[in-house]
Amino acid sequence: MSLIEVRAPGLLTTVQDLGREGFGPMGVSPSGAADPLALRIGNRLVGNAERTAALEMTLLGGTFAFPERAEIALTGADFSATLDDHSVEMWNSVEVRPGQTLRMGPTRAGARCYLCVRGGIDVKLFLGSASTHLLSGLGGFEGRALRKGDVLRIGTAAGSFRTFRKRKLAAKVVGQLQPRKVLRVTAGPQSEWFSEEARKTFYIGTYRVAEESNRMGLRLEGAAITSAAGGEMLSEGVCLGAVQITASGLPIILFVEQQTTGGYPKIANVISADLSSLGQLRPRDEIRFELVEMETARALLAEQEKLLASKELILE
Amino acid sequence: MRYTFAAMGASAIRAVRFQVASDQALIVYFDPPAKNTGAKTPHPQNQITIEGHERVRKLLRLLELEPITGVRNLHPAYCSLLIKFDPLQLLHSELEEILQGYIARMEKVALQEPRLVEIPVFYGGEYGPDLKDVAELHGITAAHAIELHSSTDYIVYFLGFAPGFAYLGELPKALVTPRLAAPRRSVPAGSVGIAGGQTGVYPIVTPGGWRLLGRTPLKMFQPDRAEMSLLTIGDRVRFLPISPEQFAKLELENA
Repeated sequence: MSLIEVRAPGLLTTVQDLGREGFGPMGVSPSGAADPLALRIGNRLVGNAERTAALEMTLLGGTFAFPERAEIALTGADFSATLDDHSVEMWNSVEVRPGQTLRMGPTRAGARCYLCVRGGIDVKLFLGSASTHLLSGLGGFEGRALRKGDVLRIGTAAGSFRTFRKRKLAAKVVGQLQPRKVLRVTAGPQSEWFSEEARKTFYIGTYRVAEESNRMGLRLEGAAITSAAGGEMLSEGVCLGAVQITASGLPIILFVEQQTTGGYPKIANVISADLSSLGQLRPRDEIRFELVEMETARALLAEQEKLLASKELILE
Repeated sequence: MRYTFAAMGASAIRAVRFQVASDQALIVYFDPPAKNTGAKTPHPQNQITIEGHERVRKLLRLLELEPITGVRNLHPAYCSLLIKFDPLQLLHSELEEILQGYIARMEKVALQEPRLVEIPVFYGGEYGPDLKDVAELHGITAAHAIELHSSTDYIVYFLGFAPGFAYLGELPKALVTPRLAAPRRSVPAGSVGIAGGQTGVYPIVTPGGWRLLGRTPLKMFQPDRAEMSLLTIGDRVRFLPISPEQFAKLELENA
């Protein structure tokens, strides 16, 4: 069985797949990769199913030793990776020879880099998913971020690795998948609770991602929104990308480790096609919101899925 | 916002309201019948009713028995149900139409007789650091506060916030207390807290702003247990005051 030895874990490295949907009635949030597009493409590059578990690194990557031969791909943000001192190209399948060490540095742009391995990271599934949920300490590798000295098992789901196949993401697609800083949103379920002026403030303003942002939520700094007419509301179900306005008037975007219910009014919701962009936002990044119609949101998602399904996506 | 009269009761017309939440989510609200007088109230979902809760459970049950293709997740709350779906498989309007059919026949759904779950709690001391303050705020003794908290059968309105966290109501009026002004950075697992008219047990260590009255040695959520979550929507809960010795014994048994 092939292994990965964690020599240095990086700032926050967790095992993630596409998350666990369907357990809202138990209060269990889906979790999963913060940038699911990067994870899906990374898995395709190494011949895995799209939802296979990989390592998600945050802002500063780790150092990983491979005692055996392996096939890997790095996707998402560029963390200046080297393999035994040779730089590793992003969005490519790469052959790792026995005894080689992969070293990741700090991010150059974006927040998250994915290390996908042919066969995937083999951990015990929790509710059908390998994703780590940090707050509850469930899923992933012992329910926590990786530490120095951890040894991960590489799975065999994709079949045994015999001949290395060079695959790369089409150059034009890399451009099309550039994370956005202008996030497109649809109106939130309580958008009518906010005055026209408050909504204007929200859509004109530039917001800064606060330091205390994490996988649960992105806290924003900027112009405060006048609180909703009704003030506090009864808790209700909330969904990924919801922009809730807290008592202080500042927005929080609910992210992958979100609570399943919440009691703040929601002014807007980031569209599905832009959720991956959220995963690449770093503290101090400046963002804006752009209101779009439901039809536009759906069309953008359909376009994104069409791009991912296209034959020209990955070049062999 | 649209109002639909999906079911006609003998005494009241019960309103169902659908609200788009995101490009992949729709919320169904079961508004209290009293508010449904034709006048458009600004925030009708601001009221907890047993009837609304039971309708949430019925729709949830029906959706579990007969899943809708394309639906990915369900987030029940007091009087609402958020439905997350694949927007490339379903339009909001299509989902709403299917749900209308479900809601029209959900009154026939038989809900299971609620289970009564007893939760042993050691009140006060280091396990219930806010008990004294809560009692003082209401001008009662700590013993009376314990008696009030443990003499009510609570309804599990829904689970949310964190795995296994049950929103229980309603607290006796004499115990209704606002949240702490500044939430604690870390609340120990098993802590029993109150906030407004609600009470609940923290299943995991997390930041939290509820006032803590005590702690239970039971595990509220355990992934390797057949029933991962000790509580499920619709259960009835009664808190049982125990001694420190009983706490220690139960803690060992549940370890």
